[in-house]
Amino acid sequence: MPRKDEVLIANGQGFWGDSILGPVRLVDEGPLDYLTLDYLAEVTLSIMQKLRARDPSKGYATDFVRLVDRILPAIVAKDVRVIANAGGVNPLACKDALLGVARRHGLPLSVAVVTGDDILHRLDELTAAGEEFRNMDSGEPLASVRDTVSSANVYLGAFPIAEALGKGARIVLTGRGTDPGLVLGPLIHEFGWSAADYDLLASGTVAGHIVECGAQCTGGNYTDWRRVENLALVGYPVIRARPDGTFAVTKHDGTGGLVSEDTVRHQLVYEMGDPARYLGPDCIAHFTSVRLRDVGEHRVEVDGVKGSAPTATYKVSISYHDGWKSTGQLTISGPDALEKARLCARIVWDRLAFDGYEYGPNERMEEYVGAGVCHAGIEGGTSPDPPEVVLRMGVKGPDREKVDRFGTELVPLVTSGPPGVTGFAGGRPKATEIVGFWPALVRKDRIETSVKVFET
Amino acid sequence: MRVPLLRIASARSGDKGEGSNVGVMARSGAAYAFLVEALTPEVVRKHMGALNAGEVVRFEAANLRVLNFLLTDSLGGGGSASIRTDAQGKTHGLALLRLVLDVPESVLAATPEP
Repeated sequence: MPRKDEVLIANGQGFWGDSILGPVRLVDEGPLDYLTLDYLAEVTLSIMQKLRARDPSKGYATDFVRLVDRILPAIVAKDVRVIANAGGVNPLACKDALLGVARRHGLPLSVAVVTGDDILHRLDELTAAGEEFRNMDSGEPLASVRDTVSSANVYLGAFPIAEALGKGARIVLTGRGTDPGLVLGPLIHEFGWSAADYDLLASGTVAGHIVECGAQCTGGNYTDWRRVENLALVGYPVIRARPDGTFAVTKHDGTGGLVSEDTVRHQLVYEMGDPARYLGPDCIAHFTSVRLRDVGEHRVEVDGVKGSAPTATYKVSISYHDGWKSTGQLTISGPDALEKARLCARIVWDRLAFDGYEYGPNERMEEYVGAGVCHAGIEGGTSPDPPEVVLRMGVKGPDREKVDRFGTELVPLVTSGPPGVTGFAGGRPKATEIVGFWPALVRKDRIETSVKVFET
Repeated sequence: MRVPLLRIASARSGDKGEGSNVGVMARSGAAYAFLVEALTPEVVRKHMGALNAGEVVRFEAANLRVLNFLLTDSLGGGGSASIRTDAQGKTHGLALLRLVLDVPESVLAATPEP
């Protein structure tokens, strides 16, 4: 089959909870070859492991199944292929749900499932083989929290996705992989890039990084927000990629938002460490080589990207139980809102202390939202006499009962504090688990991936 | 002339482990050259001191006219352990853009307004 000169790849989901209008409108309102969707954040997999432990048919992003139910007729009609990490820790169950949707629509569907990223059940075997899973930030070996680990997933690369597309799947379902890999996978498949084409792989990685947070490169969360038109109907990003690794960042005609050198640059720096070395499983991308050029309305050309050989390890995302937390809030009206809010906070801590519940300085928090919280202590970041204040308080620690006790002393302030206390609609705050994130590395040759295709 | 950093740069921030990163993007070549000299890690560390208990590390990407700052302890525990409102450091970029700098007229003249 002759290869295409240009491939159109869009990302319609920046995280689990992003608007469904992004992907729906990408499919409906313009030309498209591939739709990618990112559903996984660092702690999502831990939540999914717990769901699966309770019910073996759960543990994936159910939002994705609802989305496919809505767009399946259109993606079949327009021949759009979909790549999503919605499989979570149970991609086979997600696949079953998708095939069920296709049968209800009376449409044929092939779903490829990439597995091998979930190593929770292999942790002891891998540890025995010499993997220490030292925390990349603190250097501690995993042994110190091993008993409370709730999920462990490898950030796989893009080649298994390319392999899945080569097997003809309409939908490719993965668990944990890198976010840019969702875009790099179809580029490898379409253009036949090899594992040693580091500049090309780096180009695809940069393209994937630019679109991985959806509207964050098309005018969302943009410093000069007044320049952005029609954010309500913001267009999600579309990459027009070519075999030589160059590409344009665009959005569908007629959609809202803004694509410019500056909005693209905003996303390039997002969550960036050393721009000279952006580490991925398939290559190291040198963001210091990227060239951006405005070449028309809502169209930015990207070229010059250099890459080099990847490391011998994959990054692993491990989550573990790290204690409990509880937060709650009340609204305090003026006059003297801030002064009364400070009194309220002191009353809460004093009543808890009276009953034997004391929290250390790192275990408790009080915020005066409206008087200056986000930029507290920064010049211009506070206001001395706001008309009202949201008092937000919280505690955390290893003892669940102690964390829960805090929540019982917040709401009573409505009748036993200073006047003007309201806004307790959320009720009594409850302790919720803190899921700790433990980044580590594992040798690539110890990880095996598998790609299987299933049909209706 | 004394102006906020916002006049000559834009910014975006997000979480990075127990800290955050702030990407500062100069609005012109002249602004970038000025900021490379003026916006040192020490200046950023002092300005962001109330939000960041850790060190500040700076990286340069001249091709993008970007200075990237890592604030190593700025989330009150980081990730899901933080109980702060801004547990992901989403607003740290805007906090840095509040910084008032003494910017030469020539740099201002060469730099488009926001």
